[in-house]
Amino acid sequence: MEVIAQRPKSLRDIQFTYCPGCTHGISHRLIAESIDELGLRNKMMGVAPVGCSVFAYKFFNFDMAEAAHGRAPALATGMKRARPEMHVFTYQGDGDLAAIGTAEIIHAANRGEHISVFFVNNAIYGMTGGQMAPTTLPGMKTSTSPYGRDEKDIGYPITACEMLSSLKAPYFIERVSLLSPKEIIKAKKVVKKSLQFNKENRGFTFVEFVSTCPTNWGLDPIKARDWARENMFPYFPVKNFRDKSLNGGE
Amino acid sequence: MGEKVLMKGNEAVAEAAIRAGCRLYFAYPITPQSELIEYMSRMMPKVNGTFVQAESEIAAINMVYGAAGCGKRVMTSSSSPGISLKMEGISYIAGAELPAVIINVQRGGPGLGDIQPAQGDYFQATKGGGHGDYRLIVLAPSTVQEFADMAGSAFELADKYRNPVMILSDGLLGQMMEPVDFKPHKTEEELEELGKQHYDWCMHPNEDEPNHHHHEINSLEIDPLVLEKHVIHLGEKYDEIEKNEIRYEEYNISDDNDVLVVAFGTAARIVKSAIDELQEEGKSVGMIRPITVWPYPYKAIADRITSKIKKVVVFELNLGQMVEDVKLAVNGKIPVEFLGKVGGILFTPEEAKTKILENI
Ligand SMILES: Cc1ncc(C[n+]2csc(CCOP(=O)(O)OP(=O)(O)O)c2C)c(N)n1
Ligand code: SF4
Repeated sequence: MEVIAQRPKSLRDIQFTYCPGCTHGISHRLIAESIDELGLRNKMMGVAPVGCSVFAYKFFNFDMAEAAHGRAPALATGMKRARPEMHVFTYQGDGDLAAIGTAEIIHAANRGEHISVFFVNNAIYGMTGGQMAPTTLPGMKTSTSPYGRDEKDIGYPITACEMLSSLKAPYFIERVSLLSPKEIIKAKKVVKKSLQFNKENRGFTFVEFVSTCPTNWGLDPIKARDWARENMFPYFPVKNFRDKSLNGGE
Repeated sequence: MGEKVLMKGNEAVAEAAIRAGCRLYFAYPITPQSELIEYMSRMMPKVNGTFVQAESEIAAINMVYGAAGCGKRVMTSSSSPGISLKMEGISYIAGAELPAVIINVQRGGPGLGDIQPAQGDYFQATKGGGHGDYRLIVLAPSTVQEFADMAGSAFELADKYRNPVMILSDGLLGQMMEPVDFKPHKTEEELEELGKQHYDWCMHPNEDEPNHHHHEINSLEIDPLVLEKHVIHLGEKYDEIEKNEIRYEEYNISDDNDVLVVAFGTAARIVKSAIDELQEEGKSVGMIRPITVWPYPYKAIADRITSKIKKVVVFELNLGQMVEDVKLAVNGKIPVEFLGKVGGILFTPEEAKTKILENI
């Protein structure tokens, strides 16, 4: 019998803790498949964040560390410096990376740490029950912006790729989306490319996933997908921001 | 070995840490510990080690967390305000049971305080500081030599118990120069041994099936029954540390003592001169100087409360923090007197002498 689909070796045989229709599981799978295909599993370490993906340290099938909220890039710095022969990634939500962990991500990127960061932007705090995130869209209602995010009062959503693109050191920065099979196939290529660069120790790579949180958006997965397309794409354009492998490297 | 080098405490402890096999150091500058980070920035590249000036003390301690998870000897240092920022990370490191060394070159507080020596972080170091049920092993030096020697013992204790260890120093010991005798560098073989000692739990390169390992560096246990077990296990470990690792110095202790003094670190150093002078004047004063301020030498103090001793006098560079532990040890048997200086001001040997004489 020919096996046409199976769990990547880089994922353990454990049930995900994510809601139906959540895109966290898809991002995990893209990362795991890429690590398998690049033959990196035996030299991989990952850092899980605080957020819905806090249990990512159980899901991936190699050594994993669980960071304090926002501190994953600092942990990853320590890990990569301690074991330069290995490869390190962090997996972080928008509250984790763009609010409490803003200093850590900017400085890890600015040092050009040889790590890969995977950033799940679902415009909300999933784990704590749908509070406003630094990426919550103007006018968007959440449990702590019940009248809609008022950008005059609390500012505009933070665009992480654009912000990090202002730094010189990062090697690769791209925003992808996970809203249809076609986009997922495209995202996989980007994830794999960033991990390929990681394998070659080229520098800091950053991939942002435009994701959904059907549960806290109060929408079913199909409507959530449409909502993201309509509302997130204009603010968070899906595109490459930096690729130093082009133009003959740096 | 043999040849003493005149060095500042901050530099001596950094050199000793490198000799003890520390090859990873992450920190953020702050007075009065900046010579330490500067020394590391000079010396780490020379031993193929890692030096990173982090963006904050929070980032530095979390870099330590990551490197400690890889089972390597790793250290950070700071002074009081920076140590407060490290408390989050220290709690995680204790929860995840990782070996790491943290140096606090204390200055005056609270808040920004000043940059003079103080002992105001005793509570923070010995009673928690970060959240949750955990203990730091805390070593308190009183000379530059001892400060340097503690680097090696701190790493050994951290490795032995998989627990963070703090060296609770202060601006005086950090800044003053004294002759120091260093232990030799670890050999390549010793370093390799050290690197492998934690392979059964730390993050390190993997092999293929069936030996593929999945190690989790983690302090999260969402199931209360599992967390309960984990915290009970930590408690048992702390009991073990209290049983094995209490260290203190007895200074001029004898059955002739009229008064017992308790002081640690720089305060103890000053009191020693007072005790010597009093001895020459025919007054016998003994001192217990806790070297581990956690675990605390309660019994050593309690055992010295003989019928001849009428009072215990405690000296600290704070409003009175360790004195609470002394009172626990004395358990109300005799009065416990206290002299403290704050704001980064030191008491003089004369002031110490006067205080002791008042209580003879
Ligand atoms: C220091 C600290 N502050 C707050 C929290 C509570 N907390 C847990 S997850 C979270 C938000 C996570 O949101 P995000 O990063 O967007 O991830 P998501 O859950 O949406 O995947 C917060 C505030 C915490 N665990 N630690
Ligand atoms: S709350 Fe949202 S982000 Fe979290 S698992 Fe559910 S759908 Fe996913």
